[in-house]
Amino acid sequence: MTALSALFVRDIKLAVRVGGGAGIGVLFFLIVVTLTPFAIGPDLNLLGRIGPAILWLGALLASLLTLDRLLTADAEDGSLDLILTGGTPLELAVAVKALAQWLTTGLPLVIATPFFGLLLNLDLRTSTAVALTLLAGTPALTFIGLIGAALAVSLRRGGLLLAVLVLPLTVPVLIFGVAASNAAIVGPLPFGTPFTILCALTLVAMVLGTFAAGTALRHAME
Amino acid sequence: MPIIDLANPTRFLSLAERALPWLAGTTAIAFAIGLNLAWTAPDDYQQGATVKIMFIHVPSAWLAMGCWALMSIAALGTLVWRHPLADVAAKAAAPIGAALTLLCLVTGSLWGRPMWGAYWVWDARLTSVLVLFLMYLGVIALWRTVDDPARAGRAVAILTLVGAINLPIIKWSVDWWNTLHQPASVVRLGGAAIHPTILWPLLMMALAFVLLFVTLHLAAMRNEILRRRVRTLMLMQAQAAPGSGA
Amino acid sequence: MRLEGRDLACIRGGREVFAGVGFAAAGGEALVVTGRNGTGKSSLLRMIAGFVRVAAGRLDLEGGAPEHTLAEQAHYLGHQDALKPSLTAMENLSFWSSYLGSGQEVQEVEAPMAALAAVGLEAVAGFPAAYLSAGQRRRLSIARLVAVKRPIWLLDEPTTALDRPAQERLSELMGAHLAGGGLIVAAAHGAIGLERAKELHLGDDA
Repeated sequence: MTALSALFVRDIKLAVRVGGGAGIGVLFFLIVVTLTPFAIGPDLNLLGRIGPAILWLGALLASLLTLDRLLTADAEDGSLDLILTGGTPLELAVAVKALAQWLTTGLPLVIATPFFGLLLNLDLRTSTAVALTLLAGTPALTFIGLIGAALAVSLRRGGLLLAVLVLPLTVPVLIFGVAASNAAIVGPLPFGTPFTILCALTLVAMVLGTFAAGTALRHAME
Repeated sequence: MPIIDLANPTRFLSLAERALPWLAGTTAIAFAIGLNLAWTAPDDYQQGATVKIMFIHVPSAWLAMGCWALMSIAALGTLVWRHPLADVAAKAAAPIGAALTLLCLVTGSLWGRPMWGAYWVWDARLTSVLVLFLMYLGVIALWRTVDDPARAGRAVAILTLVGAINLPIIKWSVDWWNTLHQPASVVRLGGAAIHPTILWPLLMMALAFVLLFVTLHLAAMRNEILRRRVRTLMLMQAQAAPGSGA
Repeated sequence: MRLEGRDLACIRGGREVFAGVGFAAAGGEALVVTGRNGTGKSSLLRMIAGFVRVAAGRLDLEGGAPEHTLAEQAHYLGHQDALKPSLTAMENLSFWSSYLGSGQEVQEVEAPMAALAAVGLEAVAGFPAAYLSAGQRRRLSIARLVAVKRPIWLLDEPTTALDRPAQERLSELMGAHLAGGGLIVAAAHGAIGLERAKELHLGDDA
């Protein structure tokens, strides 16, 4: 097994074992979706109109708040030191960790979206469109969050500070994600335009997040 | 057998082993009768055959709430009497309760689709059951987060009791909240008297569900006791292995 | 193979931990770094492993594998054990042996089970690391050094939490490593079972 696939498999195992975070993200997502109608009232037409936005906000918060321990756990138990001596570039190792994180927390959010869409009175077509935009957009959220996770290692803090640092960076993803979802329902833009930009944002975030996180970690180690 | 003997997990295990086949058999018979009665029950003159979803939906709703009550009693057992089986009972009940709540929600939304034209409306009943479901999932997540069952047991017990106090409040506040915003209220079973041709199948199905719950709960408790024994044995074995001394 | 440090200085958090430190060790030799707390024993090891920047001076490895950096040819055994409690002993070790051993085409990679046997942990291979005692966790970390062959061992207080039989076992493993041409740099307070080791004393309390 190569170094990167070993790291990938280990992180997935850790996420699904006792104490791992897989599943909590979806639960958090469901709670956000449930709380919104409490706040704005049970008007089904209104919910149907703002449903894509609620789903996007819920998925955004769920995928960022679960990133808290992604790198700090490895820094605290010394795994990060050994990862550095492995001969694999740190950036690749960090990117693989982010991919494993997305697979265990981001992808379940995408799969859950059509079901949660029912709660918000979205029809199947709209829910599928939102799920599709989330499938394209959540990797961007994970990789942007990765920067925050790396900063959390050097600051020796996590939690809310992490969210404050990272949430502003996610604004473009949120804008085009919701725009693409709305385009699929009402128009006037064609779905393709904002969706393509969203995909581009994801690709940029994957590169930028990986290198920024790698740099932040190298500084944190000193 | 005096009740105190059941506190002994070993006694409990042997009792569970003997009781489980009988319980499983009775459950199967009860379901056979109940489903048969439900099948032959007359269709509703307004709702047609969809009314038969009720025979699954209502018993699972009852048990979903009953299960939390059981967990609350078990939580008291953990915190007050420190009964050795209490947190085993609580832990075993949580996933079953969550599954029944989910069953209740799913059947409810399948029933709601032809009735209300939507799979989900933010009706007071539905909303408070959804909150109950979220609380079940929270309890399960808490059990899964802490490896040491004794420590997890106490934390879950506190959460369960707070939930037991919170649930009626949620129910009332949702009722109040909902009447403010949704004037078109959905007429449900509770209002009119139920005709005996529907009541008897319903009660039979409720009995079948209770039996199913008892069977599953007993089996889950047995599994949990065995799982804890395996854990303890592994810990002891690890300590007996060479090199454990500091 | 020869590892040499000249006039090394380390600055951490704006404070100079040490300066003007020089040492040399060749293959088959062991170097024991001693000194009071805070004199920078751990920092020196972390510097050789590449985690801490070399503030001044030179750190050279002659005769190693040229395509690998110094860090990639070194095993670092620190205070933290880099074990995940929810993975079994075997899973922890096989992960590190595939991760650390993947670039090692020249050096051989030993089967994880054999490495576990070398530290006497074969009986608990299938147990989660959470169930292991401090001494067993330490042994499991040491098994990593056996599982993947790397010429340089950087050991920070390697005997911590080990009982006497385990210390003897470690001493045998270190002896075998030196006999095979390996190089050991260890930070220690007391004897760690290395005969004929060079000593590098840090701090000015000599």
